Amino acid sequence: MVDPGFLASLLASSIRAGTPLLYATLGEIITERSGVLNLGLEGIMITGAFTGFAVSLATGNPWLGVLCGGIAGMLLALVHAFFSITLKANQSITGLMLVLLGLGITGFLGRNYIGEVAFYLDPVKIPVLSDLPYIGEVLFSHDPMAYFAVILAAFLWFILFKTRYGLEIIAAGEKPEAADSMGVNVDRVRYFSTLFGGFLVGIGGAYLSLAYAKLWTEGMTAGRGWICLALVIFSGWMPQRAILGAYLFGGLDVLSFKLQATGVGVSYHLMKMVPYVVTIVVLLFSVIRKRAAFGAPAALGIPYVRGKKE
Amino acid sequence: MKGKFLVFIALAVLAAGLLAGCAGEEGKQVTTPTEEKKEIKAAFVYVSPIGDAGWTYSHDLGRQYIEKVYGVKTAYAENVAEGGDDERVIRQFAEQGYDVIFTTSFGFMDATITVAKDFPDTIFEHCSGYKTAKNVGTYFGRMYQARYLSGMVAGAMTKTNKIGYVAAVPIPEVIRGINAFALGVKKVNPDAKIYVVWTGTWYDPAEEKEAALSLIDEGCDVIAQHQDSPAAQQAAEERGVHSIGYHSDMSKFAPNAHLTSAVWNWSVIYSYIIEQVMQGTWKSEQIWWGIDKGVVGLSPFNDAVPEDVRKMVEEEKQKYLNGEVPEQYPFVGPIYDQQGNLVKAEGEVMTDEELLSMSFFVDNVVGEIPAASE
Repeated sequence: MVDPGFLASLLASSIRAGTPLLYATLGEIITERSGVLNLGLEGIMITGAFTGFAVSLATGNPWLGVLCGGIAGMLLALVHAFFSITLKANQSITGLMLVLLGLGITGFLGRNYIGEVAFYLDPVKIPVLSDLPYIGEVLFSHDPMAYFAVILAAFLWFILFKTRYGLEIIAAGEKPEAADSMGVNVDRVRYFSTLFGGFLVGIGGAYLSLAYAKLWTEGMTAGRGWICLALVIFSGWMPQRAILGAYLFGGLDVLSFKLQATGVGVSYHLMKMVPYVVTIVVLLFSVIRKRAAFGAPAALGIPYVRGKKE
Repeated sequence: MKGKFLVFIALAVLAAGLLAGCAGEEGKQVTTPTEEKKEIKAAFVYVSPIGDAGWTYSHDLGRQYIEKVYGVKTAYAENVAEGGDDERVIRQFAEQGYDVIFTTSFGFMDATITVAKDFPDTIFEHCSGYKTAKNVGTYFGRMYQARYLSGMVAGAMTKTNKIGYVAAVPIPEVIRGINAFALGVKKVNPDAKIYVVWTGTWYDPAEEKEAALSLIDEGCDVIAQHQDSPAAQQAAEERGVHSIGYHSDMSKFAPNAHLTSAVWNWSVIYSYIIEQVMQGTWKSEQIWWGIDKGVVGLSPFNDAVPEDVRKMVEEEKQKYLNGEVPEQYPFVGPIYDQQGNLVKAEGEVMTDEELLSMSFFVDNVVGEIPAASE
């Protein structure tokens, strides 16, 4: 009934659209797992997108662009970490400040870069496998960063749930005072997680300008940072579930176009709503079932002050 | 306590930095006034960033033009939210003594009217709206005429007889553009169909590119657009199909794919209004000019467009210029809707009111108009 060609191109597009979301979501999962809520994704992503583009244009090397996009994201995350961890300030406020800061600075600095053509990450067709009918298009015709995102998700799952580092991160986010009494330096763990998270969010942004849209324009993240915050909840703070979530959210976005292009009338208003409805359903589910597998880290967003109960 | 103090200091430093940044930018915008007897100051309120190719960009070209040619001192505010900051921004320009204030988005209509009541000596010009006052005029261009001509190019160039159209939101202006384009296609190629994809965005390059790719995947070999970003053009370039741009000449984004763009030339209207203001003869008007005045038109053709197609388009354009056809052309019967109903009988001309409230697709368009959001 469903044309396999249609399905293949839908799935391939879902992966394309989902990859920037996946990087940013993985980053925020690590950050939030340590107990730090960073609402500034939109600002960090756009900063990564701009920095990546500018560096790629200046050096001719898109990979260097991606790296610098990550570093720029990390620097913004450092601001957040300083306020929320060192100064114990309200995390929501500094996060929101990052959104305005990122959008403002990139809008200002990025003016002269609009309309420029930089160097981009192009899809690499894996020999033989990419020639497979349909499957080749879906799975083996992407740029290297798209493949790496999946490997990264698996790696982060391993780190979080199978290693001591992961245990420390989770402990810092669930019961910081217990972690502290076990000798974990909560502030250091939170700093590290926030910086690493910011790095990945920045890379997600750089992917957007260097591999997905292949251009730079002001405000080009267009709300993807907020989508990723919903995706973190959807994933239940699990890296492996983020893969599914990111591709699903990316795919829903594309599905409306694909259906319209074949002449099927769908309301894009409704389609754009679906990711958020799904997120609300997952949230409801987690509240009703009270399952840890769906719940937020217990100390999320709460600054940790030694010897003080909230 | 110490922590709170540090936060305060840090925020203060940050705020100071941001303010300094803003001041620097403002200083750059205001150019040195020229020595005119009566110096005119004009302010522009934009709904989006100026960007590289879209709606606001096309208006800003007009602003630069009057600044250069008439020595008008201009200022602008970009990215002003409709129904949010707009009234405050417009009021601020009025208080600063600007002689004429251009508000360039439909959603600024009520704010413009409200502020105009409090500043009876200031002239306000609102783009694309319908409310006027003694000191408020409106202006717009008959873009559908250029759309129609660009549709002829698309219809002549398609080989698959499937033409994609990436559209923003289902308002009459966009629907009118699609229909005019489709009538242009039909004129030269009755077998071709126009496939419409709505993105629900005016300016989201990633989404709009994806929408264009979806159309190309379905076999469309010419992609047209009604969006502010050039992303659909780039999608066409990547996949080696043709494209038709909009707003401004988009050829630099897709040198091979881009055939032509339906473009705005606001400097024509801005010059007219500024001249009226300078001579003291300005009065509230509702300007809706077309290709004959040069407000809309086509950008230069790609080399790929053959001579006979160019000639055909040029002949059609001449009909507007020498008045052979009414301004409403191509909306002259027979016009059928998608269900095959006759909307306008042979020779009947649609009225401006009908054009401004258009809510149906003509018969060679594939796709649906979602329920209007407003």
